[in-house]
Amino acid sequence: MKINRRLFMGGAAAGAAATTLAAPMVHAAGHGKPKVVVVGGGAGGATAARYIAKDSKGEIEVTLVEPSRSYYTCFFSNLYMAGFRELGSIAHSYGKLASDYGINVVHDWAIGIDREARTVSLAGGATLNYDRLVLSPGIDFVDGAVDGWDVTHQNAMPHAYKAGSQSELLKAQVEAMPEGGTFAMVAPPNPFRCPPGPYERISMIAHILKEKNPTAKIIIADPKEKFSKMGLFQDGWSRHYDGMIDWIGGDFGGGNVSVNPHDMTVTIDGEVTKVDVCNVIPAMKAGKICDMAGITEGNWAPVNPHTMQSRVDENIHVLGDASSQGDMPKSGFAANSQAKVAAMAVRSALTGSKLFPAKFTNTCWSLINDNDGVKVGASYEATDEKIAKVDGFISQVGEDAELRQATYEESVGWYAGITSDMFG
Amino acid sequence: MNWIRNAAIGLTVAICASTPSFSNEIGNAADGEKLWGECKSCHAIGKDAKNRVGPHLNGIFGRRAGSEEGFNYSKGLARMGKDGLIWEFDLLDRYIENPKAFASDTRMSYRGLKDEQKRADLLAFLRRYSDNPGDIPEAAPTVAGTDHDVDPSILAIQGDPEYGEYLSSECTSCHQLTGDNDGIPGIIGWPAEDFVIAMHAYKDKYRPHPVMQMMAGRLSNDEIAALAAYFEAVEP
Repeated sequence: MKINRRLFMGGAAAGAAATTLAAPMVHAAGHGKPKVVVVGGGAGGATAARYIAKDSKGEIEVTLVEPSRSYYTCFFSNLYMAGFRELGSIAHSYGKLASDYGINVVHDWAIGIDREARTVSLAGGATLNYDRLVLSPGIDFVDGAVDGWDVTHQNAMPHAYKAGSQSELLKAQVEAMPEGGTFAMVAPPNPFRCPPGPYERISMIAHILKEKNPTAKIIIADPKEKFSKMGLFQDGWSRHYDGMIDWIGGDFGGGNVSVNPHDMTVTIDGEVTKVDVCNVIPAMKAGKICDMAGITEGNWAPVNPHTMQSRVDENIHVLGDASSQGDMPKSGFAANSQAKVAAMAVRSALTGSKLFPAKFTNTCWSLINDNDGVKVGASYEATDEKIAKVDGFISQVGEDAELRQATYEESVGWYAGITSDMFG
Repeated sequence: MNWIRNAAIGLTVAICASTPSFSNEIGNAADGEKLWGECKSCHAIGKDAKNRVGPHLNGIFGRRAGSEEGFNYSKGLARMGKDGLIWEFDLLDRYIENPKAFASDTRMSYRGLKDEQKRADLLAFLRRYSDNPGDIPEAAPTVAGTDHDVDPSILAIQGDPEYGEYLSSECTSCHQLTGDNDGIPGIIGWPAEDFVIAMHAYKDKYRPHPVMQMMAGRLSNDEIAALAAYFEAVEP
């Protein structure tokens, strides 16, 4: 059904038709076009803003709140560290979302949400009204998650788990390692952003070291006994970087870790090691704004799998890493997929457009070495309880070099695809 | 779903309320936990579970048959594992329905569970103790997928171009609407018939790409037709 807004606003829509037409617009009564505010301009937020603006064809006013003027994607930031990408190639501006899609892009921090009044307050002082709010703030770190580390130490021991200057810093530190030096990673506990991410990073750092500093060592202290694509990574590490990487899993004390950023030491299960570079990836939680909005349970914001609406507040949709939804990993691909379901649900609620059954997909590609790409993916459906995995696939150990190269090239094509899906 | 209670959203409510849950839950884990009572005289599950008369069942979904270290399996089960049998829902379901029929020399002295619903409930309970796909994306599925070719609620929306456009948003995470052809092929402006043939070749697994086999596998004939019509009309 096409809604003729002028007719409706002009009050001419009296009689039987009016009830059907007017009902979806009820939220907008009194203040013109329905308003959507999207907080966070990553794979979830940028996609949601673009799809709502594009598909509502001007019927919905969309504001995107994102502090960064230039957005660095976390996906492919590991490839930047190994020199497979230029930093500029993972940076994106919001210009097209403003010029081609009419989205009001506001570079500011959201610092408060009044769910009663349906307003978002910004650090710069402005207040935005919304009919629907989309929160896609990504992750923040759990305070005190790694003994000895907090955000004031992120220069000595970078996390590089929000891309940009942190990625540059970690790359520079790795390149400056002394001959035969030691790189340590403190890996995060589940659940965390990008399950294969830390292990792709290890692969990329081993790639640099093998070229520039082949006697260097890599230690990973990991609280987990198992990680995504573990067999594929371990096979790749032994083929390409034999003897360089020492992974200490949870069953060998890998979760019993403290760091000392002043002395540059890492203590794993009581054993102190002097290191040259230490990449600390702490435990994660939903971006702080979710907590401020009062929609979290534990560390994450639970959602209705059919629409990505918060379980706590139906006027708020939560996307991507910040949401707790069931079986989907926290990935850029997943956030992009969830954003399209949410965009459809938002339009349906505000303009009466059709609501189709939610479908979700995810694929995570990882690069192990030059042209040695692997992937894992799945499709998902919404049940009342959660987003549930229904089918999937994973690359196999022993695939030939041609297939691995094609998988890598596919990931490069995907990067171009998803970033144009996000930013226009 | 208390958001549905908001009666003010009249039209939307009608549509949302008719949106069913398409996928099939494995079963009811709470009911399955009661059935577990029969299993636990031989098997352990949960924190610190060890092999007993039977192997522990943590991580059974996705485990290779006969592969739990330190457990003495029958030759038949061990060989099935070497031949590549990985425990997933369908296989576990057959096994516990009639263990001896599945592996004639199995040491599991259990008569089998004939009731399909009870097996589903028991497996739903066991599934809780295997890897979570949210943490390990390759972990076994947690529900059985919808057969989109027979799902009447999806067939009812056939041929809707708006639906084709919505479905296409799954494609455009990878395939660019500009038709760019680098690493991932362009799919716009294809003759609809070619598109349909290609998608069915993936669906029937004649074409080899795993992502596309998965994507096409969950699309009904009508959904493929809607996508074909949509993409045929897209110009760069």
